[in-house]
Amino acid sequence: MKFLSYLISGIRLGSIYAIIALGYTMVYGIAKMLNFAHGDVIMIGAYVAFFALYRAGLPLIVSLLADVAVCTVLGITIEKLAYKPLRSATSLAVLITAIGVSYFLQNAALLLWGSTSKIFPTILDYGFIELFNGELKISYLILITILTCVVIMVCLTLFVNKTKLGKAMRACSEDKDAARLMGINVNSVISLTFAIGSGLAAVASLLLCATYPTVTPTLGSMPGIKAFTAAVLGGIGSIPGAFLGGLLLGIIEVIAKVYISSELTDAIVFSVLILVLLFKPAGLLGKKTNEKV
Amino acid sequence: MKKIEETLKKLFSNQYRQRTVSYLIVVLAYVIIETAIRTGNISNTIKSLLIPTCSYIVAALALNLLVGYLGDLCLGQAGFMAVGAFFGVVAAAFFAKYISSNVLVLILAIVVGGVLSGACGALIGIPVLKLQGDYLAIVTLAFCQIIKTLLLNLYVGIDSRGLHFSFITDNTNMDPDGVLVIKGAIGANVTKKLSSFTAGVLLILFALFVIYNLINSRHGRAIQACRDNRIAASSVGIPVNKYKLLAFVVSAILTGMAGTLYGLGFSSLKASKFDFNLSILILVYVVLGGLGNMTGTIVSTTLLLVIPEALRAFNDYRMIIYSIVLIAVMLISNNATIMFYLKRCKEYCRKLFPKRRTE
Repeated sequence: MKFLSYLISGIRLGSIYAIIALGYTMVYGIAKMLNFAHGDVIMIGAYVAFFALYRAGLPLIVSLLADVAVCTVLGITIEKLAYKPLRSATSLAVLITAIGVSYFLQNAALLLWGSTSKIFPTILDYGFIELFNGELKISYLILITILTCVVIMVCLTLFVNKTKLGKAMRACSEDKDAARLMGINVNSVISLTFAIGSGLAAVASLLLCATYPTVTPTLGSMPGIKAFTAAVLGGIGSIPGAFLGGLLLGIIEVIAKVYISSELTDAIVFSVLILVLLFKPAGLLGKKTNEKV
Repeated sequence: MKKIEETLKKLFSNQYRQRTVSYLIVVLAYVIIETAIRTGNISNTIKSLLIPTCSYIVAALALNLLVGYLGDLCLGQAGFMAVGAFFGVVAAAFFAKYISSNVLVLILAIVVGGVLSGACGALIGIPVLKLQGDYLAIVTLAFCQIIKTLLLNLYVGIDSRGLHFSFITDNTNMDPDGVLVIKGAIGANVTKKLSSFTAGVLLILFALFVIYNLINSRHGRAIQACRDNRIAASSVGIPVNKYKLLAFVVSAILTGMAGTLYGLGFSSLKASKFDFNLSILILVYVVLGGLGNMTGTIVSTTLLLVIPEALRAFNDYRMIIYSIVLIAVMLISNNATIMFYLKRCKEYCRKLFPKRRTE
């Protein structure tokens, strides 16, 4: 029964990773860039949520919407100002710019809100449901987290596979020039991708703060790296892959922490990534591309 | 007289100009700074920056070999540096028991740091170099995190019976005269700061020597062929994986040496310092200095270490200014219009001042 409760908390953590990883993977799929600033968008989202919920006293739903709005606008702004001028530059130049943006956001937060951490009071404290005669307690918060992740995942898959915009996205990720020839506005599709990714980051920030209730300017970096790892584990560019990778990573992290060693958790998580990539070089669900000469 | 002229001509010929300039800049900078130290014209902040700058330069040069000549992005530099730093410190403490000469101990420590780091490079390189592009980057990043986590839990002690290692908890079981050199999360204790500015400069010169000789050799040309077109290279019979591994290990060895230099320059050392951000920092130096341009790497590393210090006056704003500068440089240097005008400017200057041909 203990194992089951650990498993559930692993799935909860994994769900958060999965939501963040979706942002990474979509941007990578379309723009072929590693968006290192994604973790810091989450951090900004966490601050916005904190101020909306506790300084302004807004209800949860309104705060969530405000958070999503702010992060989406932030994501689009970053894309327009920093990444768009580099569309034709080397991937390394874009990477360094993303790092610059990440530094900028972290230091802006440090300047605006100070380095002392802000503590989230418990949000979403709705109690538990008890299973197996009270042996297994699952808080509603965990259920909400997991459910949110599944809903987002399903909606995104439907969006990408069934709608016209989704089709445009897939076309862009396959071949930008050909997509442009077909009359697709590649720039706006890329902006849309960034908007979706950043919106998801806002949702993730709220769920993350419900789990770890301290907000600091460097809050986003570690979940960012982990989620990025999750995206690669699942096969970067693939939406179900990000979901699978996130869940696996969360479960492995919690199980390793409990059963092997809490000190070595990170080492175990990243070793799993290396092992998986050894046998499946494109990630679990990634497509293997054959190079043409 | 004629002989000197001929040597000079050779040194500044197209083939050798780049390395001559690199060596000259390092030596000149050394002479200027050393004179400033001797005459007392240098502030303590700059003085404390000298050794870290040297070791960052070596690490950045090593990374430039990977990114610029092998064409693979590696985000694990901090991991290799950490290996070099921690085991270099242990080696220094160990050898200091038997050897009284500080210089010899430092050299031995740097060799040990480099060799162990190179071994790590080979260990991670053999399986990983089959991956490409961003996958390689993420795996080296993962490797860096693993190293950091392991070092955070490592305990090493020295007593009269030799070295004692233990993991996660401190059960080194030493004799009463034993000293803990590495204390897990608390970090390493450096008993004697052996690194000096001169040693740092010599290490830079050594790194330049190794890298220039490698890239101008048969092996170096093979490495560059792998970068330019892997498939074409392997179809003319170049063993791509072997050369990738070679470059990877050489880079790891140099980075480990840089790490040892860094570690022995401080009185205490924490594994948490060698995180992902450090790898990124070194990558930034390399990219801003120019891929494959060693002189550029040296200059950009020095500038980027000095700029944040120079901005101390703006204390709160300095990192924000730094990040804006970083973004602006990337945007400007990749902007086609601006580059076009710069090129026109250059051509115009060339017309104004016709260059004397040396050959």
